[in-house]
Amino acid sequence: MQFSEQWLRSWVNPSLSSEELSNLLTMAGLEVEETTAAAPAFTGVVIGEVKECVKHENADRLRVTKVDVGTGELVQIVCGAPNVAVGVRVPCALPGAVLPGDFKIKPTKMRGVESGGMLCSGKELGVPEDVDGLMLLPADAPVGQNIRDYLGLDDQLFTLKITPNRADCLSIKGIAREVAALTGAALQPQAITAVAPQIDDVVPVAIAAPQACGRYIGRVIRNVNAAAPTPDWMKRRLERSGLRSISAIVDVTNYVLLEQGQPMHAFDLAKLDGGITVRMAKAGEQLLCLNEKTVTLSDEHLVIADDAKVLAIAGIMGGEESGVTTASTDIMLESAFFAPAAIAGKARAWGFGSDSSFRFERGVDFQLQSEAMERATELVLSICGGEAGPLNEKVAELPARGGVKLRTARVARLLGISLTAEQIATILARLGLSFDTLEDGFLVHAPSFRYDIEIEEDLIEEVARVHGYDAIPYAAPAARLRMLALPEERRPREDIRHFLAGRDYQEVVSYAFVEEAWERDFAGNTDPVRLINPIASQMSVMRSSLIGGLVNVLQGNLNRKQPRVRVFEVARVFGKNAAGVADESTQPEKVAGLAWGPRVAEQWGAKAERIDFYDVKADVEALLLPAQASFAKAAHPAFHPGRCAEISLNGKVIGVMGELHPKWAQQYGLPTPPVLFELDLAAVEQRAAIKAQPVSKLQPVRRDLALVVDEQVTVAAMLDAFSSKATSLVKEVALFDVYRGKGVEEGKKSLAFRVVLQDEARTLTDEDVEPVIQALLDGVAAAHAAQLRL
Amino acid sequence: MTNVDAILQAGLAAIEAAADLIELEQVKARYLGKSGELTELLKQLGKLPPEERKAAGATINVAKQAFETAHNARRDLINAQKLEAQLAAESLDVTLPGRGLSTGGLHPVALTLERIATLFRSMGFQVADGPEIETDFHNFQALNIPENHPARAMADTFYVEGGDVLRTHTSPIQVRYMLNNEPPIKIVAPGRVYRVDSDATHSPMFHQMEGLWVEEGVSFADLKAVVTDFLRRFFERDDLQVRFRPSFFPFTEPSAEIDVLGERGWLEVGGCGMVHPNVLRNVNIDPEKYSGFAFGIGLDRFAMLRYGVNDLRLFFENDLNFLKQFN
Repeated sequence: MQFSEQWLRSWVNPSLSSEELSNLLTMAGLEVEETTAAAPAFTGVVIGEVKECVKHENADRLRVTKVDVGTGELVQIVCGAPNVAVGVRVPCALPGAVLPGDFKIKPTKMRGVESGGMLCSGKELGVPEDVDGLMLLPADAPVGQNIRDYLGLDDQLFTLKITPNRADCLSIKGIAREVAALTGAALQPQAITAVAPQIDDVVPVAIAAPQACGRYIGRVIRNVNAAAPTPDWMKRRLERSGLRSISAIVDVTNYVLLEQGQPMHAFDLAKLDGGITVRMAKAGEQLLCLNEKTVTLSDEHLVIADDAKVLAIAGIMGGEESGVTTASTDIMLESAFFAPAAIAGKARAWGFGSDSSFRFERGVDFQLQSEAMERATELVLSICGGEAGPLNEKVAELPARGGVKLRTARVARLLGISLTAEQIATILARLGLSFDTLEDGFLVHAPSFRYDIEIEEDLIEEVARVHGYDAIPYAAPAARLRMLALPEERRPREDIRHFLAGRDYQEVVSYAFVEEAWERDFAGNTDPVRLINPIASQMSVMRSSLIGGLVNVLQGNLNRKQPRVRVFEVARVFGKNAAGVADESTQPEKVAGLAWGPRVAEQWGAKAERIDFYDVKADVEALLLPAQASFAKAAHPAFHPGRCAEISLNGKVIGVMGELHPKWAQQYGLPTPPVLFELDLAAVEQRAAIKAQPVSKLQPVRRDLALVVDEQVTVAAMLDAFSSKATSLVKEVALFDVYRGKGVEEGKKSLAFRVVLQDEARTLTDEDVEPVIQALLDGVAAAHAAQLRL
Repeated sequence: MTNVDAILQAGLAAIEAAADLIELEQVKARYLGKSGELTELLKQLGKLPPEERKAAGATINVAKQAFETAHNARRDLINAQKLEAQLAAESLDVTLPGRGLSTGGLHPVALTLERIATLFRSMGFQVADGPEIETDFHNFQALNIPENHPARAMADTFYVEGGDVLRTHTSPIQVRYMLNNEPPIKIVAPGRVYRVDSDATHSPMFHQMEGLWVEEGVSFADLKAVVTDFLRRFFERDDLQVRFRPSFFPFTEPSAEIDVLGERGWLEVGGCGMVHPNVLRNVNIDPEKYSGFAFGIGLDRFAMLRYGVNDLRLFFENDLNFLKQFN
């Protein structure tokens, strides 16, 4: 809400500077977002009347004027404005004046003629107008008066950010009331006199939706001059509140809205058929609104209708056809109370709102209507003339205002400060909240303009606000100390992040909404969770995998000429449950990584070798330690069919890794495919409890076995065969070399294993070792036709 | 026996002249070997008359010892010179860069979160999280934001098919936590949140952190203390000015905005308040017995303030050149 400080000060004038007033409002919860001067600084400009005006003898476009500036002597000023003429009253900058932009006015000669000042346009004074040329002032503007005083330019425009609970502060009246409560300064409300009816005309009113429309007042005014100009003072206040002047009657309704907080509407009486009914719309009814949008209504919308048609959407916007125009002669003013619940959300659903709906959906004072109607009538009559009819008021269900209990002890408990009952009573009284005193506190009655006082805590906030949040001390809280549970078997998330960072991966953060194609390509997901209102089509579905995001990060960094990219992300992914929706169980967190480019950053002591599957596998294995993950060949839509593994822990699949499928590398413009992994974060977070084993102090025995097998035989299969034959003496069987080539038949490979044997009780001899080794060899020979390479 | 002295002098000269260990050993063999010159003299002692034999033997032994001493000294010198030459040859340019993997790093928002979580853990707060696709109940209704409430306009919501929403704040985490846990409750709940907004100062996805303490007797004064303490520790400034300004959130009452005084005036860094009794009732906690406070901050904003980043979008562009600054 924007308003003029001068306007506010005409209602309440505390002895505070503009800055102090701004701070007061902000610290009371009415945040001042901005204060701007109504006009830039300038000095030395007074109102002058042009008494003589003749053509400059040496210049076609210039006039030589004599101007009365109230000093008794006429000042000669040369002027080039097209609208200068004898009799006009205009701003006149006298020698010594300083105009905006540090433009100093001095006596000068223009084409040989003395000029003792400058006649000013609005633009030159920093208050631009539509007029081309000088700013023309009314004929009664007092000659000689300082223009700043006359136009009220020493004004600040305050922009307040009013929270949804404080609808009572969406008017000058409301803010003035608040300032008076906060400062104790006297409130000087606008005096309103009831206008006695001069005619008997009424439009019949029926309220058919009593819960939605609590009060409706209509008043007919005949024979108005709707084309009359809006007075300058009103225009100025409207403009300084951010509203444009439209026409006198519309301006009056807007003025009353700003001053009183009561939204009003003016109908052209000639456009009404019969009486007014306030009712719920019938499904399918339509209305062309004042903003030129046509809306289709349903039975959830409250409307103002006559006997034939819908005239307006109650509290939101009038209809284009029934509204007052400058051609109207007879009008009906509406001042009504509509319940917040009847208005809330409706305008937003159509994608527009109005000053009216903004107030009604937050709550308008339900006792304000007739006062506002009298104020509006008074203004219409004084500006447009005409004769007013009587108030035609219908009352239905108005909001109930039960008492709210406020316990003195509860104030202390919730705020952490002790206020006496007297202090609380003083604060309530200043806020205009009436109350009954109880033994342990107060029974408070909220006034009709407050919609935010429903429970005790609301009152405690009011007490705290007026007492001052600043005045609540902060002492370190006293609480029972409890140590946090930090189970060792659950690895902190930070550890996982730091581990990957330590292995040369950079953490990234990608959007959770992605392009639908990524889901299809990288996750084989044709039924992702879709957004109804995405901000862009390439952000329209929720990802079920982090792979797409990482590939996208790679693309972006390749575009920035990065020679090597290693990134990881920890984030939630999204799927659907059996019922086809996402629930808590379908949003697991994942940790995923991508590596692309040389194995190590370009450096002097290492060959530039491309990263491959096994480099990333080592990272994954290390990440999962001390658990031993198993890797099995798998198919996955994102990956090369021959270079993809499913990762399991204790028989449960916890992730996947692989080299990106070359077709995606090509399609996504990657010169070579990256290697990626994606793991369930919950599995990575688990860490088995450590149980230490005794360590033998005796010499271990090592035997190396080079075994020739068919290409298809995997290392894992060989290890399985070994372990099925291993006795307790076998401490380790590990692969240490793979060989193909000379000496090994085509289609076969030689796998070299290290077998370590050790006993806890005695040193092993060949006699102990040989049978064990033979059993291992027999095992792999039987299972995989493995032959010792000789 | 002038012969002995002559042989010794020649031997010593030969030792001095030996350039390496091989030559030195050859010299040794020439004088002390089986048929070395000094060895030969010893062999000839038997031929001397007995009365001369003792003195001559002593003379030869003295010469032999002198030879050996000189030989050993020469050997040690040659060894030392050899080692020195080897060490000189093996010297490295220690300024060459180290070899192998470099290190990666954490995202600045994660770094910020980690610092904040550590600060709150030190005060006994647990870290909690929850789903990002939320029900209307958890994201709005349980937080005292009924349908059509004007406060819904404060957060432009993303909807997914089926009517659920992308959480617009981290507050639903407190709802879930309170539903599943009894007071005392002390949590911080960081996470990604979503709003339909995208420009230089808004990202459709960003990070928030919610704090919640519900226990008997928790007051607004406690809230001010914890938040002020946190801000001073986070920004590492004991004199940081913190201001609590009355405001409105549907889920807290009283409510406040949190401002800190920066170089260019007051800066809003978060919101807070006492948990609204309706919220407590919605999660089956008796507001007559328990009270609590909640606060929410923007993690991205804290990261920006802390690290001097002026454009929020940098956090989501994942430009390695930007991210590596935080390693």
